Amino acid sequence: MSESQKIIEIEVLRYNPESDKEPHREVYKVPFSDDMSVLQGAQYIKDNFDGSLTFRWSCRMAICGSCGMMINGIPKLSCETFLRDYYPNRISIEAMAHFPIEKDLVVDLSGFIEKLESIQPYIIPREARTLEQGEYIQSPAQFNEYIQFTSCINCTLCYAACPQFGLNPDFIGPAAMALLHRYNMDSRDGGAEQRMQLVTSEEGVFNCSAVGYCSEVCPKHVDPGNAVNINKINAAKDYFLRFLSPKGGSK
Amino acid sequence: MSKRRPYVRPMGGWWKKNPFFVEYMVHEGTALFVAAYAVTLLVGLVRLGQGEAAWNGWLEAMKSPLSIVFHLVLLVAIAYHAITWFKLFPLTMPPMVVNGKRLEPNVVVGGGWTAAVVVALGLLAVVWRIAQ
Ligand code: SF4
Ligand code: FES
Repeated sequence: MSESQKIIEIEVLRYNPESDKEPHREVYKVPFSDDMSVLQGAQYIKDNFDGSLTFRWSCRMAICGSCGMMINGIPKLSCETFLRDYYPNRISIEAMAHFPIEKDLVVDLSGFIEKLESIQPYIIPREARTLEQGEYIQSPAQFNEYIQFTSCINCTLCYAACPQFGLNPDFIGPAAMALLHRYNMDSRDGGAEQRMQLVTSEEGVFNCSAVGYCSEVCPKHVDPGNAVNINKINAAKDYFLRFLSPKGGSK
Repeated sequence: MSKRRPYVRPMGGWWKKNPFFVEYMVHEGTALFVAAYAVTLLVGLVRLGQGEAAWNGWLEAMKSPLSIVFHLVLLVAIAYHAITWFKLFPLTMPPMVVNGKRLEPNVVVGGGWTAAVVVALGLLAVVWRIAQ
């Protein structure tokens, strides 16, 4: 280690379900270089101080969505957040807010996975088609209707940013709603009516009080909060159109 | 036996943890001032219905120093509410597409302000003409 080696203090919220009653903070002094991410800081701790430190990561290039954590209280991907931007201050890292902590920085995402399944995240064809009819034709305008919502990497930072999800873990939440909207907006899809039940349900969009922080923290500019709020309008339309047509208003 | 024991962190005081949430809470809180102003005007309407003396009494009350301070507080709170309300436009409105291009968020917010100012001026003009 050279004389000029910079050292940053990283405070980690640790929790071991086998021995701890509740989480506690531990501080590590980590030597770092300017190109080191917060994720690499955590890896340094694991390799040099405590091999039991538990966290998720894979791609370390902001595409797999597994390395999310609260960094100084803000939900971020730790692989694209750099230690140099916090030095010389201490940096605190904690498991993503609003999710149960499984161990250290790992949270229980099973509820989110169930929600993803529940929105029927696949194209439900408008009408039966035969092979002879050939491929679907989609105009650039139709493509633009949904492309933004396909960028989601399921990092769940938006859930860690959503106090309404924190208060009611059953709320479908931003990312799942963005994906639901992605399929509803696809010109090949005809499943909006089936999905509308979920949109208007107890777990649905009306849990949202338009805090808007989900869209703020999203690393992929999906704007999930917009998907939620557009579906409030859709739900209201559906409700009123029900009076006019016995089949309901879902388009 | 499972060794799992997921820990759920408490939500108490959540809105104090992030400046973004504080702004949200102040925004929601200032809605009460909008309601307070609506009630003030409503009382005026009721007094108007009760005859000239009642109406003049209400007008006098509105001119008291306390009422003026109250209205200044209302003005600040409602202005804050309006500004943060318009800021939410890009979040709450469906995307607006003009000539195949989506409008930028600040254009959407600007459009909202413009519409609000035009409607307010229009309303003022109508009331002005009626009062003539
Ligand atoms: S919407 Fe954005 S923040 Fe939410 S899971 Fe998808 S990529 Fe992450
Ligand atoms: S490690 Fe894949 S997004 Fe950070």
